Amino acid sequence: MRALNLMKAAALGAAVAWVAGCSTTSTTTDGGAGGADGQGGSGSASSYGVDGSGVSGSDMADVNQLQTVFYFDFDQSVVKQDGFADLEAHARYLSQNPGASVRLEGHADERGTREYNIALGERRANAVERLLIVNGASASQVETISYGEEKPAVMGQGEASWAQNRRVELKYVSR
Amino acid sequence: MVKFKSVLACLVLLVTGSLARAELVVEVTQGVAEPSPVAVVPFNWSGTSALPEDVAKVVEQDLARSGFFSALPRESMLGFPSRQSDVYFRDWRVSGSDYLLIGRIEPLGEQRLEINFELYDVLKEQRLMGQRVESTPAQLRDAAHYIADRIFEELTGLKGAFSTRIVYVTADRRADNSNRYRLMLSDWDGARPRTILESSEPIMSPTWSGDGSKLAYVSFETGRPAIYVQYLSTGKRERIQSFKGLNGAPSWSPDGNQLALVLSKDGNPEIYVLDMRSRQLQRVTRHYGIDTEPTWAPDGQSLLFTSDRGGQPQIYRLNLSSRDLERLTWEGNYNARPRLTQDGRFLAMVHRPQGGDFTIAVQDLKSGRLDILTRAGLDESPSIAPNGSIIIYASQEQGKGVLAAVSLDGQVRFRMPSPGGDVREPAWSPFLQ
Repeated sequence: MRALNLMKAAALGAAVAWVAGCSTTSTTTDGGAGGADGQGGSGSASSYGVDGSGVSGSDMADVNQLQTVFYFDFDQSVVKQDGFADLEAHARYLSQNPGASVRLEGHADERGTREYNIALGERRANAVERLLIVNGASASQVETISYGEEKPAVMGQGEASWAQNRRVELKYVSR
Repeated sequence: MVKFKSVLACLVLLVTGSLARAELVVEVTQGVAEPSPVAVVPFNWSGTSALPEDVAKVVEQDLARSGFFSALPRESMLGFPSRQSDVYFRDWRVSGSDYLLIGRIEPLGEQRLEINFELYDVLKEQRLMGQRVESTPAQLRDAAHYIADRIFEELTGLKGAFSTRIVYVTADRRADNSNRYRLMLSDWDGARPRTILESSEPIMSPTWSGDGSKLAYVSFETGRPAIYVQYLSTGKRERIQSFKGLNGAPSWSPDGNQLALVLSKDGNPEIYVLDMRSRQLQRVTRHYGIDTEPTWAPDGQSLLFTSDRGGQPQIYRLNLSSRDLERLTWEGNYNARPRLTQDGRFLAMVHRPQGGDFTIAVQDLKSGRLDILTRAGLDESPSIAPNGSIIIYASQEQGKGVLAAVSLDGQVRFRMPSPGGDVREPAWSPFLQ
């Protein structure tokens, strides 16, 4: 049932995230191939650190070093490429530790209406969830919730604050 | 003869938090071009112990805060008549008053009062209206709002909305960085604020039922969003929907039998209609885009809602029987949170012009004309007074959420500065009783 929903979602409109997720599992060199949001090129340092820790790459110490907050553009729900490597590593950890689970909390900046932003936050959390699942996590290990603009990470107006509030926070519920 | 039953007196609070929350107060920033000058004389009280409310003052504030009237200061009055025989029209003409309101309050036995008021046209030296109102000391403020409604209607032809109430949400950040969210109920002007729900998790989207007896809202108190219905008379409440995913944006049908809401249980946000008696749920939108913020047309035949199915949020109207769908907004790249006037003609919304900020705008559905009413930049949550005269909305001042209002023609504006934390999501009640 759950898998069916995911397939439906992917087929309906989330093809971009899906393609992006697949492409990065198949290549470690050309981030541009995924081209999900045109933001390519900024392969993050942390991602190489994790990859360098070896194939096992799934003990707690390594997971603790991974990026857990993923940022989005205004009114967008496409996961940026610089988050892919760490999300893959989270997915790997989850697939190797079936008892572990995460909660994905989607957020929006304060611009726009509150209910629309709740929907946007959910879309963002779902985009991250799909990336985890295509990379090996099981659907039962991931729960999502959206807070919309209700729980900003930082107060204040202007793009500097807003950029930090358009995010998905990945939190381990059990390790 | 009018008797007042106090709705608030039997209100059971869900929380034992402080009742005397800091109060919001209306500050008119712009009135009509030529507000009518009115003199509201202090009402004569023939009892012995002091009354808990200055009735004439409440009436005067209501009239002045509407933006349609300017009130003569009491210190400029040459006398305080309370009967027609004591009125010297020349005095009031000299003071520049077009209208004069006088009144008297008399004890009617234990805990009962009688108020008589009379309204005069000063220039014509004519009595326009008068009425006798029965009240109790505890309900004097209700009586005053009632009198203001009568006078407003007599002089403007518009039904007064001073006896209505608003609900709104406050968020206070505490020292440990956690938040305290409160759902508040007050008079239209912010007076008599009461906490009706308090939580450490967000409270959103409060909305009134058509008869004003209950609210629906979204609360995250369980850690996930769920829709609740709360009865104002008893404080009793019920969790209505808590599916996986979003449970949001509730809106009562005009007859109160149905609740439109948003659920994402089937994968993405869709609009559903819940029959409140059978509890049957009917899905009414089918699109992979975001569909949210439903609101009923006054005839109950269609729903207006926000959808980004065209690539950006715009407002659509869905006929519930024919299932015809029509896009209503075309100007600007963000139109959301529709609300209709009672006659169904004017659509208030959050609007962002190309390259601009978030404003409150109103569209005449007959002519298609759109007017931008505000310029503050982050305005949202418009809610229209039941007489269709004014839109209350959430704005920001110095980074803090505040309530403000603007009339549909843009002539009257007021703000309600917050003495505490963020104030947001105002919802204006329907006419009560």
